[in-house]
Amino acid sequence: MTGAIGIGAGVIGTAVTNRNPILRWSYFTEQTESIVEALVQHLQLTLSAVGIGLIISGALAAIAMKYQWTVGPITGTTAFLYTIPSVAFFGVLVPYTGNSAITAIIPLVCFTLLILVTNILDGFRAVPVAVKDAADGMGLGTSRRVLTVELPIAMPYIINGLRIATVTTVGLVTVAAIIGYGGLGRLILDGLRRAFWTPLTIGAGLSILLALLLDLMFYWLGNAVTPWTRRKRT
Amino acid sequence: MDTDALPALRLRAVRKRFPGSEADAVQALDLDVPRGSIVSLIGPSGCGKTTTLRMINRLIEPTGGRIELEGTDVSDVPATELRRGIGYVIQQVGLFPHRTIGANIGTVPRALGWAKARIAERTEELSDLVGLERVMLDRYPDELSGGQQQRVGVARALAADPPVLLMDEPFGAVDPIVRTRLQSELLDLQERVKKTIVLVTHDLDEAIRLSDRIALLNVGGVIEQYASPDELLRAPANDFVAEFVGDDRSMRRLTLATVGDLPFERGPVVDVAANDLEAQKIMAAHRSDWVGLTEGETFLGWIDGHELGSGRTLNELPRFMPAAQVTPAQSLRAALEVIMTSRTSVAVINDAGRFRGVVTLEQIRAGLAGDLAEQAA
Repeated sequence: MTGAIGIGAGVIGTAVTNRNPILRWSYFTEQTESIVEALVQHLQLTLSAVGIGLIISGALAAIAMKYQWTVGPITGTTAFLYTIPSVAFFGVLVPYTGNSAITAIIPLVCFTLLILVTNILDGFRAVPVAVKDAADGMGLGTSRRVLTVELPIAMPYIINGLRIATVTTVGLVTVAAIIGYGGLGRLILDGLRRAFWTPLTIGAGLSILLALLLDLMFYWLGNAVTPWTRRKRT
Repeated sequence: MDTDALPALRLRAVRKRFPGSEADAVQALDLDVPRGSIVSLIGPSGCGKTTTLRMINRLIEPTGGRIELEGTDVSDVPATELRRGIGYVIQQVGLFPHRTIGANIGTVPRALGWAKARIAERTEELSDLVGLERVMLDRYPDELSGGQQQRVGVARALAADPPVLLMDEPFGAVDPIVRTRLQSELLDLQERVKKTIVLVTHDLDEAIRLSDRIALLNVGGVIEQYASPDELLRAPANDFVAEFVGDDRSMRRLTLATVGDLPFERGPVVDVAANDLEAQKIMAAHRSDWVGLTEGETFLGWIDGHELGSGRTLNELPRFMPAAQVTPAQSLRAALEVIMTSRTSVAVINDAGRFRGVVTLEQIRAGLAGDLAEQAA
């Protein structure tokens, strides 16, 4: 790790010259395969981490809602996980899980939990008491009430949580390059090691682009599942 | 057994103690709600009126006692099934914000597994019933006014045509003008659907206006009096009831009773063809300074007694029409208003153009002394 940082310091000290431009376009054609591979891996890591994070967060939120006393411990623990420096988190797992996708996924998942759990809880708390009372009073039953009434009302909050978690994760995946599973982070690290600007620019640029695209996608999704929020009485 | 004689709802020794509480929220409450009637539960906060209501559809499980719906113990029926058969309307309405008005109204039918076409048909029928334009069915609750939302709340509660409706302060969250209109609409609706309605309110005027019977509850769910609105106002069972209905209970009864409830009379009125002597005789009999003229069933106006004896016929004398008249369906309060502003101190009763008689202050006073409801019956 220290080696990588040392080399990194080297590239930052390296001037942009004709032989080492910010971006050499021919790199795209020469390295198409490795760029696409990095992009796909980046997307895979991001979506798996957020997906697994959502499942775990859903379960944790359900526990927190059922047993009020668990709210503190659950949000406290997820907040603690969120505070762990990412480089340290990836590094500390290597002795146990090796240089594997698992080692990359675990910290990524952990970092989504605080955002997702708090947003899911906020969403269900946003369901008006009167709405729940009416649902119960009409005999909808608990599961029907949760699935057909509370979940849709909580959905804007949940999607917002997914949006923040996803964008954050896209950035964090690049750090996992230090254990060999960094998606576009590998290009960035490669650039740093070889004091070569082009892969660094491509890796960082595509990572930003990916984050923006996913952000936009969740914005659209959020609108699509909540048609009622855009029509208000004037 | 004659099922019509059986009350739609029967509560026997119903008791509720909340966990961690020292006292019963409701202790041994007995109540019969006759089929097709509106019964109000009213009382100070902490009297257990909402708790009682919520025990009927088991949103709160009673600690003891028995609640029968159409002769069936409600605890023998699964809670969700029971609730689908009882309409439920609450103050904050609780419409589902993510569902259109139509979908909101169709909630219970959908849960019951009705066919789509049947639900759509029923939804339109209900929107007509509660006076909601059909274009509203495709809108979302946030696009509607408070009054419209409350109408949707009532339509949703009636969707599966339940025999019993529970209403918890249904009009508490809307402004007074809308509240009065919604109350009238509920009475009109009740004329058509004849549901058994239990209504919780803290508004005595609302209870008086809407109810067939009022149960006045004291702290701990003790029924201090269970009677018709008129009886509650006329003959409070004890000091608690008297204090609750207030010093102006006679004024409240004026709102409640109609002109038609009074044994009103024809008054100092003669036919336009009568002579002075007849007019003077009827004025003397009524100790009136004025005499009314009628032609057939039409009231022509009042003549000042001092004008008589001038040699002119009654028809030639100057007369004036009272500015305001009352119909038999109007309240005694309205009649009082007319009397106060009338030069002759009587209100003329005009039933769709037909003269029916007059109401005097004395008749109203005498009416309040008696049992108006029974006189009307």
